[in-house]
This record gives sequence, C-alpha cells and structure tokens, in this order.
Amino acid sequence: MHLTSPQFKSNVDHALHDAQLQKALGNVRAGFIDKRAKAAAALPEFEALRDNARDIKDHTLAHLDLYLEAYEKRVTESGGHVHFAETAKDACAIISSICKSVGAKTVTKGKSMIAEEIGLNDFLEADGLTTVETDLGEYIIQLRHEGPSHIIAPAVHLNKEQVEADFRRVHKDLPGDRDLSEPASLLSEARAVLREKFLAADVGITGANFLIAETGTSVIVTNEGNGDLTQILPKVHIVIASVEKITPTLNDASQILRLLARSATGQDMSVYTTFSTGPRRPGDVDGPEQYHVVILDNGRSSMLGTEFEDMLRCIRCGACMNHCPIYHSVGGHAYGWVYPGPMGAVLTPTLVGVDKSGHLPNASTFCGRCESVCPMRIPLPKMMRHWREREFERNLSPATVRWGLSVWSFFARRPKLYQFSTGLAMRALGAFGRAKGRFSFLPLAGGWTKYRDFPAPEGATFQQQWKAKRGAA
Amino acid sequence: MPNTTQPSVGLFVTCLVDLFRPNVGFSAVKLLEDAGCRVSVPAAQTCCGQPAFNSGDRADARAIAEGVIKAFEPFDYVVAPSGSCAGMMKSHYGELFRGDASWASRVGAFTAKTYELVSFLTDVLGIAEVDARFPGTVTYHDSCSGLRELGIQKQPRKLLGSVEGLTIAEMQDPDVCCGFGGTFCVKYPDISNAIVERKTADIETTGAKTLLAGDLGCLMNMAGKLKREGSHVEVRHVAEVLAGMADGPAIGEKR
Ligand code: SF4
Repeated sequence: MHLTSPQFKSNVDHALHDAQLQKALGNVRAGFIDKRAKAAAALPEFEALRDNARDIKDHTLAHLDLYLEAYEKRVTESGGHVHFAETAKDACAIISSICKSVGAKTVTKGKSMIAEEIGLNDFLEADGLTTVETDLGEYIIQLRHEGPSHIIAPAVHLNKEQVEADFRRVHKDLPGDRDLSEPASLLSEARAVLREKFLAADVGITGANFLIAETGTSVIVTNEGNGDLTQILPKVHIVIASVEKITPTLNDASQILRLLARSATGQDMSVYTTFSTGPRRPGDVDGPEQYHVVILDNGRSSMLGTEFEDMLRCIRCGACMNHCPIYHSVGGHAYGWVYPGPMGAVLTPTLVGVDKSGHLPNASTFCGRCESVCPMRIPLPKMMRHWREREFERNLSPATVRWGLSVWSFFARRPKLYQFSTGLAMRALGAFGRAKGRFSFLPLAGGWTKYRDFPAPEGATFQQQWKAKRGAA
Repeated sequence: MPNTTQPSVGLFVTCLVDLFRPNVGFSAVKLLEDAGCRVSVPAAQTCCGQPAFNSGDRADARAIAEGVIKAFEPFDYVVAPSGSCAGMMKSHYGELFRGDASWASRVGAFTAKTYELVSFLTDVLGIAEVDARFPGTVTYHDSCSGLRELGIQKQPRKLLGSVEGLTIAEMQDPDVCCGFGGTFCVKYPDISNAIVERKTADIETTGAKTLLAGDLGCLMNMAGKLKREGSHVEVRHVAEVLAGMADGPAIGEKR
C-alpha cells in the first residue's frame, strides 16, 4: 500500500470533505460500540480474561525464541515447512518462489493484514500470478484498487450503493437488471463469483490469528468461511503471519479467543474458528498437499525490550479504532498506511519510520478510550507519547511547537515571573474581551478561532485575587 | 489558632482556572472549606507540566513536576479542580521519576495524596450533598482524563443530584471526547472541530440549558463552539454550581 502518512493533513482535509466517507463513518460509530459493550458486560470474567491475556502474551514475548523454536519443530513434525522472513521483501520472495515451484497461476487469499503490510498482491501480480481476495471486504477493495480502511472491516469506508456500482462495473456477464439492493444479494453474488475462483486456485494464502507452539497449529477466525475454502481446496496452503502471533498452548489461544470476537464485533465467537496442523495426512478427506508457514519479523524483534514491546500483544481486534474519535472523524485511509487508528498510530512509526509518520502519534487527544477497550490492555496513549518523545529528542517536532513549548516552559518553571507576566496579560485580555465575553479572532490562536470563539478571561488571575483577599500562603 | 484536626489541603489551582476563570478556584475553596478543610494556595505553582509531557518534552515536564511536588509537601492533600491536571499529577508523575531512588518516596507521597476536587469531596471526605441551588436542567460531560485515569463518573452526578432545583439530562454519549486534547485542538483544528461538532449536537439534543464538566480546557472548547454556533446553552464548571457560585456570567458570556 502506497505510504501517504507524510501527507496526513491533506488526507484529513480530503476525508472531512468526503460525504460518502462521512456517511459510512456514521455506521462505524453506531455499529461496533454498543455490541462490544454488551458482549463484555454479559461475561462476568471479561476483565479477568483481559488481565490473563495480557500476561499470556507478555510471557510469550519474554520467551519468544523458545516458543518459535518449539513451533517450528512441531510444524516440521507434522509435515509442514516454516520459513523465517526478516523483511517484507523476503516474505514476498519466499511466497512467490513457493508458488512458482508448483507452477501456480491463480492464488486465492483469505484476509491477512500481514499480506497488506508486505504488499503481497502487487508482488505476486508483478510475478505474473493472479491473486483473488476471498473475504468480501477485501474482494471489494481489490476491485477498487484500494487499501483496507479498517483492520477487521477493510471496506467499512464504503456505502452499499458504492459496492453495488462496483459489482455492476466488474461483473459484466451477469444480467444488468438483477436486484442488488440488499447487502445479502451483494454477498451471494460475490459468493457465486468466488466459488469458481476457489476451485481454480493452485495456492491458498491465509493469515493467522494464532500460531500455537504446543501443536504447530495455525488458527484463523472468519465470519464468511472463505478462509476455510482458501486453505482446504488448493494443493498448497501458505500461512503468512508475524512473529508475535506465536502463542504457547491451545489453552492460551482459547482464552484469547474469548476476548477477540467480543472486542471486535461483539460476537461471542466468530462464525468460523479453524485450526490447521500440517498438510493432508493419509486418510484425511481433504486438505492441502503442502503446508507452509512464513513468519515475518519486519522490525518487530527490535521492539522487544523497548517501550514499544507492549504493542506486540495486539491481536488486531480493531476495538481501539472503533472507539477512537479521530478515526470516527477521518476514517482509516487518512492514516496513510495499512494500520489505522490508535494501534496504527503506534505501530506504523515502528514499521515505516517516525520521520514519515510523525503525525499519527500526534493526532490524538489522549482521551484514552482505546486503552479502556483494548482486550490486551495495551497502553496506546502512553506509547503514542513515547513516539512524541522520540520526535522531540530527534528535533522532528515542528519548529513552532518547539518554540512555543520552550517559551512556555521557561515561564512555567519560574512561578514568580510567570505570575507577574500572566497577571499583566490576563488583565489586558480580560479588558479587551469584556464587552463580548469572547473573541472570534485572536492573533496566534487561529487554529482555535477558525472554528470556535475563544472565551475571554475574567480579568485578574486567581493568584492575584487570592493574594489580595487572603495574603500570600 | 488553626484547628489541627482539620485536614490541610493545598489547592492546585490549574493554569487555566488561574488565568481564565478564577471563580472556579474560589468555588473549590468554598467547597473544601465547607467540608471542613483548611485550604492554602501555594504561590509557587504554575502548571502541572502536562503540555510539556504530552509534547514529548520530558526534561521540562520533570523540572515542573519537581517544583510542584516541593510546593505541596507541607499539606495533607493536594486537590485540583480538574481531572486532567489531577490525572497528570497522580497517574503520570511516577513515570517522570522512574528509576530515580532519591525522589521515589517524595513522589510516592505526593501522588498518594493528590485528588481531583469532586472525587476528593465524595470519596475521601465522604460528602454526600452540597448546600446549593441551581434551578434548571443541566447536562454533564465526562472529561476524558478524569473519567478514564481517575474513575470520575458517579461522583459529580451524585453531588449535582443534591443541588436544589437541578435536574440532569444525560447526553447520548457523555463519555466521548470533546476534541479539546490540549495542544491537539490547535495542531489539528479540523479534526478537533469535527469532534466538537458532534459533541455540541449531542448537548443540544438533551435540551439542557446548562452544560457542566470538571475540566476548564474541555469547557472552553465546548463553550467556544456553542457560542460560535449561536447556541444559548450556558457553560460552567461543575464546582461553580456545587458551590452555589454560578450567578456570574457563564464561560464566554459578557461580563
Ligand atoms: S491495540 Fe488492542 S484494541 Fe487495538 S487492535 Fe490491537 S488488541 Fe485490538
């Protein structure tokens, strides 16, 4: 996905003026929040599960090398292959060469954020392969040549009418007068189109929600069942997942699964939770002949032991963006890369560099709603602040901000001087503002007064009045 | 002769109250004194350091925090009429001094005795009602830091419920951010505006005549937007109503 995070401000401007997008974002605000709240409230042990899930992941991250080794051993024992990829390019090259080794022409794909992160489709297409997204949302954005705007609902920025128009544009061989007014009719049309692709595919690529070290199993959760067809029908199944998906045991994965769908969509469980262990064994009724797992690092191991390690607990549920007032205002594409919302504001700078994505951790009010719903108890605002610290240390913050801050700090550290100067300033401001009680324009405060009036101060400061009334403390 | 059984409270005025709305500070003093506290206002205070902290400038944040901790050492409690500043001092000062053994006990003592005003009244002093009158319907906005860092939600509603003549009409989403976010609102004014527009729409739908909250930053943001939209909703700090000191002009109204 083409990186536009450096142009965050113009992305925002575009998003705020996009009427279709704004309408779709209304659905995000209305759709996810109540459902999650109800699901969480209905499970008495929900908060305890969150603590437990955090501890499971922290333990895993502390012993990641051991669990990766154990996982690889189990996969190999069950007849599969594990490939470690340090970079996005490495991962793409590994996948491409597996596809070539079986003479593949068509590749079906389940939904995978890692595939988006490494730009897999473009890479494979450049190598002459045809890739077909089988998740409905991914299928829609593939038709539109767009990236996902949400990590679990990639086409959430679109309205039904837009999807209908895309289907009519692309599915030309279907009768023009067919009825596509209902979401269900769109879904069944996509299903019919995709059915042929499933059967034609040589390789199926899926992501993974968990890689279980105890058993060498990869786990996917979906609501459409497309992932199952993607991984069962072709002769080769390739799993692409990042290192932090490693989970020690089946029991650990089950505990986290109890949080995942509840946090994401408010379901108790997703409709399909599928466990895959190795290729088809003799006597199995179905399954691939080859089973490969590509484990991607792409900078993640360098987060271990740093203030960003907590981010590796993320299970990609999307709750943080579903509850984010910034995401609600501008949608996912404005963030300029694959990961939007609060989790993207923390993760994107690690993956593409904070010099290119510095706006993301700054564009937050620190309202903390993301952290309050994150099932893995990831302190997202705190980590955004850590990015701001890194920017400050590296002099990447805008000069005007640094200048303003240093003047302010100079005074804030000198109470006597501060009170003397603010006393004068507030008297002046109070006197000017008295007639109306507010300013509709103030020099140096254009960002405020463009949209809001600025309430005038009472006049004398509290400290001045207090001194006059009660004397110094 | 000071009564030594009365708890001594150092009022952390907060920079915005000090500069823009001293009446909130005097309301806080009244509430605390009515509740039996001895209130002092140390002169050596400016700001809690949050603007520096949230801008990634830890060195200045820490220097300011040191000043605050020293200034408030003589008191039993530190109380601020703001969930945001109290949250900064109570929940984040520890991080600024992490690994510095020479400060550990002083910081620990400071954060342990620091509270936001309304929750201090209810949770520490056990106040269940106030002696105030405010006829009319109000709606209450839960400012983010107070709500999520300090768990302030029921406390202001409980005390408001005891104000004679006052009824609360809740917003659909009282706990959603107003878009202020400190420097955020001037760094990203367009997004901030989109957020506060949803907030003012929610406020208007309640039909309340008055909007209350516990943080002046949020209040100035929402008042500024409401006034720009030509709204007649009046905006005040919750302490002003609880103290019975809400008869002056509301925030952004002419004096
Ligand atoms: S950061 Fe937390 S809330 Fe956001 S996607 Fe990851 S696990 Fe879910």
